[in-house]
Amino acid sequence: MTSGITKVTTHISPNEQLIFERSQAGRIGYRLPALDVEESAVDDLIPQQFRRDDDLEGMPEVSEVDVVRHFIRMSTWNYSIDLGMYPLGSCTMKYNSRLNEHVARIAGFANLHPLAAEEDSQGALQVIYELQECLAEITGLPGISLQPAAGAHGEMTGIMIIRAFLDARHGAAAAGRRTMLIPDSAHGTNPASAHLSGFSVKTIRSTAEGLTDLDHLRELCAHGDVAGLMLTNPNTLGLFERNIKQICDIVHEAGGLVYMDGANMNALVGVARPGDMGVDVIHLNLHKTFSTPHGGGGPGCGPCCCTKELEPFLPVPRIVKADGAFRLDHDQPKSIGRVKAFFGNYGMMLRALAYTLTHGFDGLREATEAAVLNSRYIAEGLTSDYDKPFNSPPMHEVVFTDKRQSRKGVHTLDIAKRLIDYGFHPMTIYFPLIVQGAMLIEPTESVGRQELDQFIAAMRSIAREALEDPELVLGAPHDTRIGRLDEAAAARKPVLRWKPQVAEAEATPASVS
Amino acid sequence: MRYIPNSPEERVEMLEAIGLTSAEQLFDSIPEALRLQRPLETPAALSEIELLDKFERLGQQNAAARRASFLGAGAYSHYIPTIVDHIISRSEFFTAYTPYQPEISQGTLQVIFEFQTLVCQLTGMDLANASMYDGSTALAEAVLMAERVTRRSKVISSAAVHPQYLEVVKTYVQHAGIDLELADFDQKTGLAGAALAEAVDDQTAAIVVQSPNFFGCVEDLSALADAAHAKGALLVVAITEAMSLGLLKSPGACGADIVVAEGQSFGVPLSFGGPYVGLFATRDKYARQIPGRLVGEAYDKKGRRGFVLTLATREQHIRREKATSNICTNEGLIALAATVYLETMGRRGIQEAAHQCLQKAAYAARRIAKLDGFSLPFAAPYFNEFVVRGPLNSVELLSRLAKDNAIEAGIALSRFMPDRDNDFLVCVTETNTREQIDALVSALSEL
Repeated sequence: MTSGITKVTTHISPNEQLIFERSQAGRIGYRLPALDVEESAVDDLIPQQFRRDDDLEGMPEVSEVDVVRHFIRMSTWNYSIDLGMYPLGSCTMKYNSRLNEHVARIAGFANLHPLAAEEDSQGALQVIYELQECLAEITGLPGISLQPAAGAHGEMTGIMIIRAFLDARHGAAAAGRRTMLIPDSAHGTNPASAHLSGFSVKTIRSTAEGLTDLDHLRELCAHGDVAGLMLTNPNTLGLFERNIKQICDIVHEAGGLVYMDGANMNALVGVARPGDMGVDVIHLNLHKTFSTPHGGGGPGCGPCCCTKELEPFLPVPRIVKADGAFRLDHDQPKSIGRVKAFFGNYGMMLRALAYTLTHGFDGLREATEAAVLNSRYIAEGLTSDYDKPFNSPPMHEVVFTDKRQSRKGVHTLDIAKRLIDYGFHPMTIYFPLIVQGAMLIEPTESVGRQELDQFIAAMRSIAREALEDPELVLGAPHDTRIGRLDEAAAARKPVLRWKPQVAEAEATPASVS
Repeated sequence: MRYIPNSPEERVEMLEAIGLTSAEQLFDSIPEALRLQRPLETPAALSEIELLDKFERLGQQNAAARRASFLGAGAYSHYIPTIVDHIISRSEFFTAYTPYQPEISQGTLQVIFEFQTLVCQLTGMDLANASMYDGSTALAEAVLMAERVTRRSKVISSAAVHPQYLEVVKTYVQHAGIDLELADFDQKTGLAGAALAEAVDDQTAAIVVQSPNFFGCVEDLSALADAAHAKGALLVVAITEAMSLGLLKSPGACGADIVVAEGQSFGVPLSFGGPYVGLFATRDKYARQIPGRLVGEAYDKKGRRGFVLTLATREQHIRREKATSNICTNEGLIALAATVYLETMGRRGIQEAAHQCLQKAAYAARRIAKLDGFSLPFAAPYFNEFVVRGPLNSVELLSRLAKDNAIEAGIALSRFMPDRDNDFLVCVTETNTREQIDALVSALSEL
């Protein structure tokens, strides 16, 4: 079923059990130095009632070789950026350089305790400060905190800042301003973050063109209860909200503030700045735009950038420069408080600064141009075979649908799974929710023309297969380690951890002789 | 720019292929007035040689990173087997996305399933999620979950919870209609358990206790579980030093309802405070109230076992404002580091590391307590951290030891509690040699 197609990569499929199933009593994978102090009786230090009595039964016992083979085998079941194009829309899966990894492991940072004295951690604080300066310039928003650990955490921080600002401005009357406006195309984290900050959510419609409906926005802003708007720009359809200035004006006139979800900043760095558009507060995803590795689901880093007016509300401590030295400023009485212990995901800040300095100001813009060009090239290449619901030229990502293929019973999920057989990771599917059968494709700047051509050829080939041999697509993927998994059954009777199989003798006391 | 595969010439050809004549035209949908009409004022590009030189020099300015260290308080120096960093540096792990396509993400998914199992085994709980940002945000999420489960709004926390964790909890709950009260610790024992048991009433959603607590003291969790449950409240247990789980009775065995921990002790470098990994575990009956991602077992049509993200109807991408949390990206790669660490150390290694922490801390405390002018103000049993009361202001004392003896001897409690000028928190782990401990004792004696 895979013969005749051009595969870019193959998926290796050795078998590998769970570590618990491999475990053999008595195997050892570590050695510590012998204890070099006089031992006390443990009972004299911690009374027995406070100590474990299960002897850590069930924890694995394996050798170092077992561990290495276990993880290397499992690793071969993963697709990764280093293997090829990873065109997940709104995820910006760009190259994660080894240089940045090296920088994050320099002993002077890796071994530094977060509660060391300020004067003994000046180099580390300088890194935070320099990155703050760069991000403030890139966004055009001078107030900044790097404390949030991910995009959603940055959103929560930004929305709490809006709330604190309104509470300070209106006092008790702010209780009447608890509505957050969010477009129907937004990431799910937006309404969830608004809810965490005590706001109720009203949804703004998108126009047939895929942009925010200004009339609907005006209508929603007419009631005096609007705290703000959360807007992604370019939006999740890959389209720049060209009325952004007007949108910000409408919200501001209604007494609200504008929050921008910066997930799509890879389309704008060096080209346009949210601060110049009227945005009040934004979060960035360093694990998207600034290439810190996604790591199979984190860690991220979600800096929050805001106007001078909102700066006093940022989380504490702030990292500031005074008399040539870097120090922590805890004295911010209007601050929303701390959102994370210590300083946030510091290792990601090191990588992001290394990224920014490796590119230089001109390289940052060059990357943006290359990312948008790659996306436009794919948009052009697939229009002949797939339905493109919006006519406007896309920015860094482009959305197609399964409208034509679904006439043959082939849907977005099937196209995505078939793409795996061609050696690619699928695009983002069924998002944004407002586009039926959405396929959101974001190539990033890290893909060369040959690979773009291969991707386009694979997608066209699948479109042909959908017409000529739909069963082939419906059964995909055909040569991965496992086929499509029964997710519904998994959710009905969830098995969320390994448990030792109970020996028959223990399970049925009657059989004990 | 060397990270961009297409040459400038190729890019010109591609522009022509899509009918454009200049790169600027790519941005025609952005009104001209909103486009930046000048280059960014960020630094010019550095070569690899220049960049490494810059960061090496900055790293050298962090004198604290080179000293013998007894700093803990939520971030600990433990032995990290070499293979941990090798495995997390595999491209297949660190350059993969969240495993939304299970057929080509089974590596990440099986790792998370093993991580969830290990967290359950250590905490004694029924189920654990795929990770939270860190211990402090995991605790905040636990408090929000306790309110959801009990539909009660009062939460009573021990005042001996890590002060920064308490700050984070306050930030998270400020708009959630939760009334957060503090129960003070006993000045003689260092324990908050008795005050918590006293304070819990039938309006209480949860009592929150850290054990070992901020002062290193081991709380009586079983007694607290009984006190909480008698009033229909939950017991939320926070742990900053996860290595203690190798020796102390698991919170699950004591009756805890939600257990959160900072997982940094399991194979994660200090790295100036992050990235770390939050552990979050609870009882089966609360499976649909837990925040964050869960991985579960699933089968394909041929009956082959695999793993998928599951129970997603709790999560923000489906439930939006009704989700159990807004969390999306968590700490996947750090959870991998913890998994590699726990499997390498294994059952016996975790026990031995915990035992060495206990014994070395006891040795250090015994010797310091004998010095003139020094005492240990709290009487409760401790694991690997303890409070020392010295003869002078501890900020000054610690600064002198750092500069004169190159020892990071501890953390001044006055940074968090203004009335404890002479107290500092000392942490000892399996990485501290007897020579280092003796040098600390001798430096203290010569003050």
